[in-house]
Amino acid sequence: MIERTTTTLEERSHTAPFGLKALRYLFPDHWSFLLGEIALYCFIVLVATGTYLALFFDPSTAQTVYHGSYAPLDGAHMSQAYRSTVHLSLDVKAGLLIRQTHHWAADVFVAAIALHLMRIVFTGAFRKPRELTYYIGLSILGLALLEGFLGYSLVDDLLSGMGLAIAYGVALSIPFIGANFAALVWGGPFPGSAAFWSRMYVAHVFLLPILIGTLIALHLFLVSSLHHTQFRGGRRTEKRLIGVPSFPGQAPRSLGLMFAVFAALFLLGGLVQINPIWIWGPYHVADSTNGAQPDWYLGWLIGALRLMPGFDVTIAGRTVIPNPFWGGVLFPSIVFGALFAWPALERRLTRDRHPHNLIDRPRDAPNRTGIATAILCWVFIIFMAGSADRAYVLLGWSYQTQIEVYRVLVFVGPVVAWWLARRICVELLSNERVEARRQAAELEAEQAAGRG
Amino acid sequence: MRRLWRWFLVLFVWRAAGESDEDGGERPPRIVPEGPPSPRAEVVVVALLALAALSAIGFIVVYALDRLPYQTQYLGLTLGGAFAFLAAALIVTAHHLVVTEELEDEYGTAQPEAAAQVAQVVSESGSRLRRRRLLAAAAAVATTAIGLAAVVPAASLGPIYDLNRFTRTPWRRGRRLVDQHGRPIPAAAIHTQELFTAFPEHADPEEISAPIVLLRLEPDQLHLPQGRSGWAVDGIVAYSKICTHAGCAISLYRTPLFPPVDEPPGLVCPCHYSTFDPQTGGTVVYGPAGRPLPQLPLMVDRRGHLRAAGNYSGPVGPSWWGVRNREVSS
Repeated sequence: MIERTTTTLEERSHTAPFGLKALRYLFPDHWSFLLGEIALYCFIVLVATGTYLALFFDPSTAQTVYHGSYAPLDGAHMSQAYRSTVHLSLDVKAGLLIRQTHHWAADVFVAAIALHLMRIVFTGAFRKPRELTYYIGLSILGLALLEGFLGYSLVDDLLSGMGLAIAYGVALSIPFIGANFAALVWGGPFPGSAAFWSRMYVAHVFLLPILIGTLIALHLFLVSSLHHTQFRGGRRTEKRLIGVPSFPGQAPRSLGLMFAVFAALFLLGGLVQINPIWIWGPYHVADSTNGAQPDWYLGWLIGALRLMPGFDVTIAGRTVIPNPFWGGVLFPSIVFGALFAWPALERRLTRDRHPHNLIDRPRDAPNRTGIATAILCWVFIIFMAGSADRAYVLLGWSYQTQIEVYRVLVFVGPVVAWWLARRICVELLSNERVEARRQAAELEAEQAAGRG
Repeated sequence: MRRLWRWFLVLFVWRAAGESDEDGGERPPRIVPEGPPSPRAEVVVVALLALAALSAIGFIVVYALDRLPYQTQYLGLTLGGAFAFLAAALIVTAHHLVVTEELEDEYGTAQPEAAAQVAQVVSESGSRLRRRRLLAAAAAVATTAIGLAAVVPAASLGPIYDLNRFTRTPWRRGRRLVDQHGRPIPAAAIHTQELFTAFPEHADPEEISAPIVLLRLEPDQLHLPQGRSGWAVDGIVAYSKICTHAGCAISLYRTPLFPPVDEPPGLVCPCHYSTFDPQTGGTVVYGPAGRPLPQLPLMVDRRGHLRAAGNYSGPVGPSWWGVRNREVSS
C-alpha cells in the first residue's frame, strides 16, 4: 500500500531520491535549536488567522457613527476600520478568538525570532559558511517588527493612532528628506490621505507576508543545504555531523512542537485578553491617553524616544535634526547595523576565515559573549526605560528620577555587563581546565596504582 | 471506506505480527533499525488522539451554540486543548513508538570547481563580444533608465515636493472656536484648572493643525514672549494640541494645587512626557520635545464667543528639516 503510493508518485515525478534524502536529513539534537521552529509555526498561525480576519476587516478611514451591540460606544464617531474590528471582535462568532490568537502569535513570533537570534549570536553560529542565513534571518526580524506595527496600527483604535502619530514624527525627523518621505508615505501631512490606509493594508496582508514567507523559504533552504550546526562533543567534528533523521526520529518531535505552539497560541487567544480595542475607543487626532504602551517588541524604541533629552539640532536657527531621529531612527539603525556587521567584523578581528560547523558554548568565546551581552543589556535598559510611566503608576517611583537613573544606566550597564559576562566565561573555562587536569591526574594515579 | 479499513487491518496485523513474516527471505535489509514494541504507549497515544478528537468536536459544539456566556474562552479552551492533546500524542510517539537513531553524515564542503565552471560558462558565453565595456555601459544605462521609469510613478503617492501643506492651517483671524460637537465656546465657559479642547468652525477636525487646547490662567502669571501681549483674553490662552516632538495629542494638564511651592502649570504629552509651560508661550520645560508648542492668538466677539485672532506662532506638530524657518499660512 505504502510502496504503491511511493511508486506511483515516483513514476510521475522522479523525486524519490530527493524524498529519501529529505527523510534521512539529520537534525543535531539540542533544545535551543527549536527556537527558530517556534517562529516558523507562529508564522503559519499568523497567515491562517490573518486570512480569516481579512474576511471581516474593512481597511477604510471613511467615518461612520457606531450603533452596534457594544452600548458604551453607541453614537461614537469612528472609522470603518475601527467599527469593523469591534464588530468582528464582539459580534462575529469565533472572531475574538481568532483576533486575539493573531495578536498573541505576532508577539510570540517576534519573541521566538529574538531568542533564536540570541542563540545564534552567543554560539557563533553566524560564522562562515552561514552568514547569508544569518543576514536573511535578521531581515526577517526587521520586517516582522514593521509587519506587527502595521497590524495593530490598521485597527485605528486610540492606541494605534498614537503609534502612527509617533511613526509620522519619526519619519519626519529624518534629516533633509524627512518631510518629503513622510508626505510620500502618508499622502500628505498626518493623519494622511484616505489612501494611506490602503497602503498599510496592502503592505500588511500582501507585500510583507510574501516577503517574510519568501525569506523564510530561503532561510530554510540555506539551513538544509549547509546542514545544521552542532555543539562539540562525542564523535562530532567539523566534518562529521551527528543527528536524528527527520523521519522517523525528528518528525513526531517537530510536529509535536508545532501543535504545542498552536495549542499555546489558541489557549492564549481564548483565555488571555489582548488589545481590547473597544475599551480604548476610536482614534481622533485630538485624542490620546495616558500610560499607553506599544506591543512589547517596540518597547525599546519608545524607551529610546523617552530617554533622549529635549533638543533639536539647529544650525543658525535652522532645524537640522529633530529629536525623534535619535531614538526612532539612529538607535535601531545602530542595533541592526551592529548585528548585520557582526560576522564580517568578527572575521576581521579574530582573523578567522575558516568555515565552522561546530558552534561554541557562550563561554568558549569570552569576547564575543561579553560584547553581545553588553549590546543586549544596552537594548534591555532602554526597553525598560519605556515602561517608566507604568512603574510610576504601579510603584509610585518618580518618572523624572527614573529617567535620570536610566540615562546613567544606559552608559554604565553595558560596561558592567561586558565585564561580568567576560569574567564569568573566563572563570568557567579555567574551572573546566582545572577539573580536566584533576581528572587526568586521578586517572594517572589509578593507572599507577593498578600497575603497582 | 473498505480500502481504508483494510489498510488499518494490514497496519495492525503487520505491527502485531512483528517479525513473523521475515522468513519470507526476500526483504531488503532494514534502513530504519528495529526497536522494541511498546503496547502501553500505543494505548496512551490512542487515548490522547481520542481526547484531541473530543476536544475538536467540543469546539464545533461550542461554536454552534448561540448566546453562550464566555464563548470565546470555551472556543479557545477546546481548540487549544485539541492541539495540546495532538501535541502530547506526537511527543509520546516520538519518545516510545519510533526509533530515535543517531546517525552520522558528512558536512558538505564548498566546491570551487563548480563555481569556476559557472564563471567559465558566463565568461565564455560572452566571448563573441568585442566591445564589452561599451555593451556593459549601454546595458547599465538602459536598465538604470528602465528601473527609474518603473520607480518614478511612486511619486504619485504623495505631494513629495509640496511642503506648503505642512504649514497650512485652518485657522485665520476671525474663525470661531467650537467644541467637539460644533458649538461655539463662550469665553466664560473656560475655567481655571481645566483643559478644554477646541476646533476651528467649519473645518476638518481630523487635520493635525485643527485641534487646540484652551486654558484659563492668572493674567498676572502670564509671561508670553515679545509680540504676543494681546494673544491671551482675560488669561485664556490657546495652544496647538499636537506635541512638537512626535505628534501625539497633549491631553494631560498639570495644575499646581498649591502654587507657591508646586511646579508651574504644564501641558503634558502622554506619549513621551514632553511638558510645555502655557504661562511662557508653550516653552519646553521637560521631555524630549525640541520646539515650543505653537500658540494661537485669541479674541472675543460681541456675543462673548472665542475666535482666533490670527494664525499659530509656528508650524504645528513634529519637527522636520528647516521647520523653524517656516511660517504658517491659512
